[in-house]
Amino acid sequence: MSYPEYMRESMELVEKTRDTRLAKEYPRMTLDEREKVLIHFHPDYKEGTKRPLKIGPNKGDLMPHEVVDILEAHPLVKPEDIDLSDIYYDVDVLIIGSGGAGLSTALLAMEHGIEREKILLVTKLRLGDSNSKMSQGGIQAADGPDDSPVIHFLDIMGGGHFTNDPDLVEILVKDAPDVIRWHEELGVIYDKNPDGSMVLDSGGDTSRRRMHSCKDYTGLEILRVLMDEFRNREIPFAEFTSAVELIMDDKGAVAGSVLYNMETGEYYVARAKATVLATGGYGRLHIQGFETTNHYGATGDGIALAYHVGAKMRDLDATQYHPTGAAYPEQVVGLLCTEKLRTYGAQPVNKDGDLFVHPLEPRDVESAAFIRECYGRDKGVTTPTGMRGVWLDTPLIEIKQGEGTIERRFAAMLRQFNRFGIDIRKEPILVFPTLHYQNGGAAINVRCETSVPGLFAAGEVSGGVQGKNRLMGNSQLELYVFGRRASRYAAEYAKKASLGKLTLDHILRYEHWLEEAGVETDRRAPILLPEYRGERVLTHRIRLF
Amino acid sequence: MGPNDSTVTIYVMGKRYEVPADLAIMKAMEYVGYQFVRGCGCRAAFCGACATLYRKKGSYKLQVALACQKIVEDGMYIATIPFAPSDKRIYELDKIRPSQNILLEYYPEIARCLSCNTCTKACPQDLQVMDYVQAALRGDLKEVATLSFDCIACGLCAVRCPAEIVPYDVAQLARRLYAKYLAQTSEHLVKRLGELKEGRFDEEIQRLKGLSREDLTKIYEKREIRV
Repeated sequence: MSYPEYMRESMELVEKTRDTRLAKEYPRMTLDEREKVLIHFHPDYKEGTKRPLKIGPNKGDLMPHEVVDILEAHPLVKPEDIDLSDIYYDVDVLIIGSGGAGLSTALLAMEHGIEREKILLVTKLRLGDSNSKMSQGGIQAADGPDDSPVIHFLDIMGGGHFTNDPDLVEILVKDAPDVIRWHEELGVIYDKNPDGSMVLDSGGDTSRRRMHSCKDYTGLEILRVLMDEFRNREIPFAEFTSAVELIMDDKGAVAGSVLYNMETGEYYVARAKATVLATGGYGRLHIQGFETTNHYGATGDGIALAYHVGAKMRDLDATQYHPTGAAYPEQVVGLLCTEKLRTYGAQPVNKDGDLFVHPLEPRDVESAAFIRECYGRDKGVTTPTGMRGVWLDTPLIEIKQGEGTIERRFAAMLRQFNRFGIDIRKEPILVFPTLHYQNGGAAINVRCETSVPGLFAAGEVSGGVQGKNRLMGNSQLELYVFGRRASRYAAEYAKKASLGKLTLDHILRYEHWLEEAGVETDRRAPILLPEYRGERVLTHRIRLF
Repeated sequence: MGPNDSTVTIYVMGKRYEVPADLAIMKAMEYVGYQFVRGCGCRAAFCGACATLYRKKGSYKLQVALACQKIVEDGMYIATIPFAPSDKRIYELDKIRPSQNILLEYYPEIARCLSCNTCTKACPQDLQVMDYVQAALRGDLKEVATLSFDCIACGLCAVRCPAEIVPYDVAQLARRLYAKYLAQTSEHLVKRLGELKEGRFDEEIQRLKGLSREDLTKIYEKREIRV
């Protein structure tokens, strides 16, 4: 397939300027310059894309329409359809989600004194299906000789524009090296130098090399080890089983969940002393119509469930767009091209072959600069489907780091584009920002407690760790740091909790909030699956049996 | 081709549909009305949820693909294989050692390998699957780890293997043993863990936490970037 003929002229300019760009260091932006490009070009700042939420504890907060749409929606479950006296699962700790955070919580629960049979992990699709598994670039931990958790702390706070919860960031940076140790003891193969030291790389806006990786399959390698260990320990779990509503008790605590078999439609009541949300983010809501790097199941279910019981949210106004989503060919549009390509020397280049931004600004700034180049300065390349993008000059990696580097470090990327006849060792790739990460979520404290007793959260569904902008490699880290903590504190809580009478009255309260606010809609949430069926089918479907 | 150049005819589990020619199998199935619960995961070739078999009209060849990556072709008969049963063995990694016959001990069926190379031909990641099964037989854990590293456990090698081996389960054990017992220790990690245990960085982080946003910003702007 390769590139269409009309792009050749621009590609030749990229090739022609390669040698002169090779030695060129584009200056980093000052904080003022960063702010300017963000305000004018970052999607978060675009007029008309958000509205204030009308209900609940975050009433008045501005959020993207797509997020407000799932919060200002009727709960999927009707209380009268559920028999709460028919308890199918009765456990101490219920974990919802099986990505990095959920698996970590489950793996440690026994060590924190919860009996195996009193743990239940449920997951909407297959075990391990998650964004966690798709992480390419790596995981941060300040274990390098010239690095320290203090510098890591400073990088994260600055990258998040100082909006992060400093207590959560402190825990993140101090626990990071121990997460790497834990992974290695479980059998994760990290990239190492011949002397046994870790291969450490930089990322956007990090001031030291602290990215640990497993080629560009970092998430896959970590997750499959955790999954294998999870199966070895024979912890009870249910796949293709969604949490469709939380259950509360009459003392105001979360006390489990209504579960739903995605294949048969059967529901189950799970009573739990402590419930941990590890449901991931909302990329599949396609905020502002953006393509996404996210897993099929990333439909923001967790924030909808948590909001139904009145949990406080934070930073949901800020969405992360990864600068380098694929823009060509059409079949891979929106998929992730890891930031590490830039770490290893690939430069963002416009249609004239000019380098126009430092390759490693914070993600939001880098994305805004790409959008400015395409739409503010008209220096992008237009694809056959009308999308614009800029070049990411990947052949520079082989020149700067030596031949064979791409095959060794970027096997997934090389394979991805080879399938469409593009050899990223010889040709640049076309990229444009893509929806990548839910920066905010359910507010948590250092014990992973949400604002509602009995409900804990860890990973992308939670808010506060990353503030309004996350840096590369800190989400992988967050999963294990806070997944493990959630386990400890949920176990502690469960041992002391005594549940009252189960109730779904919060659904009625939610309906009341909607009515009071004048929200008239047929939307229902959580949505569980994104809708990608063809128009003909959707307009001609009837339900006969 | 279909009614015009921009469509092709495909057969989803034998049923005929016309679909746009540039769609991947997964999107083509959605286009005709499937909403996936099984057989769809990351949609980016990292998770192995969408293993697919197909044959083309006029060909005896049974071919493999990931539905999220393979573009439809005219006359394709498609069957998705969203689940491959496997009897993954249970072990305590702390209690076993990377001995030469450890893989054979847990997965004795690898001795049934016929060296037919069907697994390698069935791999949508183009891995040398048979080579790593052979390395597993020899007890070469490092070789198994290296050759199997890009495996997404889609299940296609396992459903095609005439010796009924599940190669990726064997490889998972090999990789974990390699990482835990054979990979070199990173001294800088051990050192940092010791420093953290002593609380070496606590005071400095507390100091940063106590600063006003303005003062923290100043320190941030002046920080040295050493990459």
